[in-house]
Amino acid sequence: MQDKHSQGEGIRPPRSDANHSKNNPDLQDQRSAIENTEQNKTNQPLAIELRKISKRFGQVQANNNIDLQVQRGTVHGIVGENGAGKSTLMSILYGFYQADSGEILINGSPANIKNSRDAISAGIGMVHQHFMLVDTFTVLENVLLGAEQSAVLKKSADNARQALQHLSDEYQMSVPLDTLTGELPVGQQQRTEILKALYRNAEILILDEPTGVLTPQEADQLFRVLQALKERGVTIILITHKLREIMDITDNVSVLRMGEIVSTQRTADTNIAELAELMVGRKLQTQHFNKVEHPNGSNGIEVHNLTVTDDRGLTRVDNVSFEVKAGEIVGIAGVAGNGQSTLLRVLAGIEPPDSGSFIINGRTVDAQTHVNPKEMREIGVQHVPEDRLKLGLIKSFTAAESSVLGYQNRRRFNWRVFLNMRSIRAACKSLMQAFDVRPSDPKLKSASFSGGNQQKLILARELDQSPSVLLVGQPTRGVDIGAIELIHKKIIDIRDANCAVLLVSVELDEIMTLSDRIIVMFEGRIVGTVSGKDADKTTLGLMMANAMESAA
Amino acid sequence: MSTSNIELPAWIEVILIPLLNICIALFFAGLIIFAIGENPIEAVRVMLNGAFGYDEGVGYTLYYTTNFIFTGLAVAIAFHARLFNIGGEGQAYIAGLGIGLSFLLLDNVLPPVLLIPVGILSAALFGALWALIPAWLQAYRGSHIVITTIMFNFIASSLMVYLLVNVMIKPGSMSPETREFSEASWLPFMHEIFGWFGVTITRTPLNISFLLALVCCLLVWIYIWKTRWGYALRTAGQSEAAAVYAGIKPKKIIIITMCISGALAGFVAVNEIMGVHHRLILNFTAGYGFTGIAVALMGRNHPLGIIFASLLFGVLYQGGAELAFEMPRITREMVVAIQGLIILFSGALALMLRPAIVKIWLAIRPIPSVAQHG
Amino acid sequence: MDSLLNAQTVLSTLDATLRVSTPLILCAMAGLFSERSGIIDISLEGKMLSAAFAAGTLAAITGSAWIALAGAIVTSILLSLLHGFACITNRGDQVVSGLAINVLASGLTIVLGIAWFSQGGQTPALASDARFMPFELPLIESIAQIPFAGPFMQSVISGHNLLVYVALFAVPITWWVVYKTRFGLQLRAVGENPLAVDTAGISVSRLRYKAVMTAGILCGIAGTYLAIAQNAAFAREMTAGQGYIALAAMIFGKWRPVPALLACLMFGFLDAVSIRLQGVALPGIGEVPVQIIQALPYVLTVVLLAGFIGKAVAPKAIGVPFVKER
Repeated sequence: MQDKHSQGEGIRPPRSDANHSKNNPDLQDQRSAIENTEQNKTNQPLAIELRKISKRFGQVQANNNIDLQVQRGTVHGIVGENGAGKSTLMSILYGFYQADSGEILINGSPANIKNSRDAISAGIGMVHQHFMLVDTFTVLENVLLGAEQSAVLKKSADNARQALQHLSDEYQMSVPLDTLTGELPVGQQQRTEILKALYRNAEILILDEPTGVLTPQEADQLFRVLQALKERGVTIILITHKLREIMDITDNVSVLRMGEIVSTQRTADTNIAELAELMVGRKLQTQHFNKVEHPNGSNGIEVHNLTVTDDRGLTRVDNVSFEVKAGEIVGIAGVAGNGQSTLLRVLAGIEPPDSGSFIINGRTVDAQTHVNPKEMREIGVQHVPEDRLKLGLIKSFTAAESSVLGYQNRRRFNWRVFLNMRSIRAACKSLMQAFDVRPSDPKLKSASFSGGNQQKLILARELDQSPSVLLVGQPTRGVDIGAIELIHKKIIDIRDANCAVLLVSVELDEIMTLSDRIIVMFEGRIVGTVSGKDADKTTLGLMMANAMESAA
Repeated sequence: MSTSNIELPAWIEVILIPLLNICIALFFAGLIIFAIGENPIEAVRVMLNGAFGYDEGVGYTLYYTTNFIFTGLAVAIAFHARLFNIGGEGQAYIAGLGIGLSFLLLDNVLPPVLLIPVGILSAALFGALWALIPAWLQAYRGSHIVITTIMFNFIASSLMVYLLVNVMIKPGSMSPETREFSEASWLPFMHEIFGWFGVTITRTPLNISFLLALVCCLLVWIYIWKTRWGYALRTAGQSEAAAVYAGIKPKKIIIITMCISGALAGFVAVNEIMGVHHRLILNFTAGYGFTGIAVALMGRNHPLGIIFASLLFGVLYQGGAELAFEMPRITREMVVAIQGLIILFSGALALMLRPAIVKIWLAIRPIPSVAQHG
Repeated sequence: MDSLLNAQTVLSTLDATLRVSTPLILCAMAGLFSERSGIIDISLEGKMLSAAFAAGTLAAITGSAWIALAGAIVTSILLSLLHGFACITNRGDQVVSGLAINVLASGLTIVLGIAWFSQGGQTPALASDARFMPFELPLIESIAQIPFAGPFMQSVISGHNLLVYVALFAVPITWWVVYKTRFGLQLRAVGENPLAVDTAGISVSRLRYKAVMTAGILCGIAGTYLAIAQNAAFAREMTAGQGYIALAAMIFGKWRPVPALLACLMFGFLDAVSIRLQGVALPGIGEVPVQIIQALPYVLTVVLLAGFIGKAVAPKAIGVPFVKER
């Protein structure tokens, strides 16, 4: 979602979203369906009702006319892709943002939630995706923060200690109260967050991607806690993109796509395949590219038992082995945050591996022999990074300057130590023409191009090197439809020019359209490989979600 | 909603807002003068007359301007790599030590033609060295460069006092300064240079380092915007992640940039020691290093802007001296107060007006709405 | 040499240590409040200088030390609010803002001083009843005969002015406030993770304003001490970098009250000793240049920051303006 704010400068016309609601069943019907079921008490007031909530960030409509009803004492799931607007919606509910228009009703009465304090006093508690904990505080201090009863801590601390003891007995979630939270495992930090909410008497608990950082065991424990909370009448909103979790624990589920609710129904009435389709329902102009089934090229990338650990000691890539042959596209499918990004960075030479090795275009890299991105470029490995605004270009640079990022030392762009701006601009101009970058003015600031045009420029820059290995991350994230087509076409072209392409994308459609072979990653491991020709969305969705089950 | 990511046209960002900020600063300066019981308009007139009214004034104005260009450039180039070098004062001071040491050792040994280049080089070298240590600590030990450079200013000051009082002092002298260096090491004064061409102008401290300062502006501009080194510097300053992606080593950039910055600050010593005093004295930096921060902020870290900002401070320094003479209630330190106001409004409060201006701008030119793309 | 180590010299050195440490301690506690909340404060120097000027001026005009103290505190708080307005409200650069305050104070105190008093930037010399004067602690005579402790109490602890004791008390109070009160809990939290504070329903801005204002109060007392307690008038640039030494001491104390106090006392001791060591040759070392001792606080701080002796970990959110929306 963060990467959306730079797109669309009025260079292309705003596109109609009318056809996107065609999967949207009549909400009224569904609502009555829910209310008529015996499980949901019809007379029970709604815990939360959102009416026509809209929120815009600059030019991006993050939430559009959202209507949502959550029954008291139920677990309500909200699913959607990255950037569908889930987090924005919950941030509005928690007072972090203000909706531009619309109404929030808590327990049937209108609530004006201007900040977190209002949300807390309305009985809403939130467990954020990135925990809101002070690492240098003890668990007790973290719980106490903002809920102190008097100016001096002693008495409130004693009270809190008692209350927490009570809560953790009741829900069987023990946390060492006097340990620094920074030293606790993630699962316990999350419990601290839940305790924080309960200590503030939350009756509505929102959990934003709660299992993203948990081990399967920790996730199971979490679900047991949620179950217990629900039995005691707490309303729970679970935001996730893991469909398996939705099926396992929620009573009702809403699907959010492109800022709009496209479906709300009883979980029991739906299934993973349907939800997956609703979620990724973006209908591309279906392009059909020929698939390469048996590439006969040599290995462009060969990965052997690669393992990468992050700063916090979490394993991001876990003993992964695969290869990409010249003349084929291998797509890595998976929910965001399952190790694909790290894998891409390691292969590009930005981060070193911790163990295992890979051979890329004939060069062997392991934990001992490092490479840097410069050397990678020199041996014909080109990288279109996932985060184009942070890595791919410099916003304050002109397009011409951004168009040589990574190649600024090349002889054709320099005269001795001086940049040859004329040749840089000329080269940029020809890239712009070849890739239809608009406006094709090399002197414009990079930031003033739309997302799609920025991406085309980056792709043009990397493909201009005639790579023999291409690493591509999220090539069409935040990119308009027109640009998507061109980008896909160019990726296919480079494959046909016998380049080995590794594609990482969270867009299933994109993976399926482009890939000759698909690898599914989950929690850093490869959990399945499918031929691009045979892949269908349901199977892949199941693999991405089912992995959870097989791991537990 | 936040206005910080709404784009404004360049002329508003680069010219209008900075100008408004300076105006606010000068308005408050006028208020102070008014509070003291003097007429601000009259004060401006006296100042301008003192700075430009006669050629001695002009000479002094440009002599001060020289120092500010050097320290302003030093701050600016570091800023482009997102480094805040508060240590210009100390770097200039230690650069003076470099000149002092090499001249005390060599001024009667080296052939005269070599003395001036050696002096300039040793100033650059020592200034760079005094910036190198904080740079290294920032790059490899994670120390905050702001704090280290502040500390290094004080360390430089103690070191210079010690050396001048105990080691380098002219034998038999009571005041802490070195002997006078041989005349071959003196930079020609502007009145001398004009004299060679038969033009007579008043004697002022203005010397050829002024031209060196202008050359430095040009070189810094070329370095930052026209070379691949500057490209790497700007990339690292804008986004460390992008720099790594582009095969640039951020640590190396920190080291190189700070060395250049220190060398530029060091050229203050060239102007002061080689140009004017011809001996090493205490406190010859006189706060020029700190003024450089105001100059860079006001000049928006661009060499052209720095020339104008330096000139303005030159006027303030020279005109301020005149002002103190004409209006005894106002003292030279008024300039320091104005400097503080400019740092405040052009630096710390640089964005104060922006939200209001964005609102006005949006009222004139609303941005179109665009639906979100998943 | 002998004279250096006799009891009287030791006691008078310690006595001097306490006197020169007082403004350091007050400013270090001030810096601690500000920086613990996530706001870098290099403007301790400027606030102390302005407060000293205000105190000197008001004491000279009104003849009342207490009015002078109040005026100094108000002056210093106003500068804190300016710092807050720049860094908290307008999300300006905290270092630049602090620097602006220092430069502004340095210029303005002299300009106003000369305009108002025409004494070269000094304020008029004060009579003793317009100052905070040293006094003996009660009952101090009765314990003077106790070996060691007696003379120590009499020569070192007793016989200072009120503000010295205020500074000494400021440390346990700071400790208590930071670690034992609601404000302290929130203060420590906002410097580490302002987002956590915000989501806990606490206003980050208000909290940070409170923190910088507390810093203002303490700097105000420090300035008052310089102008009308330790000295009998304000003199131009009379802070002479002590605000920066206090900042160094606070960093040296790793942003904690008691270690910061010890660092202040150490730096103060170095200062006191350096005056006595002038021209004296130490056995085995020879004459130690006074400048080396003067530079030692800065050198030690640099060495500490570089992680060569222990690790000084600053509050995590320090220097970063809190931006709630994207």
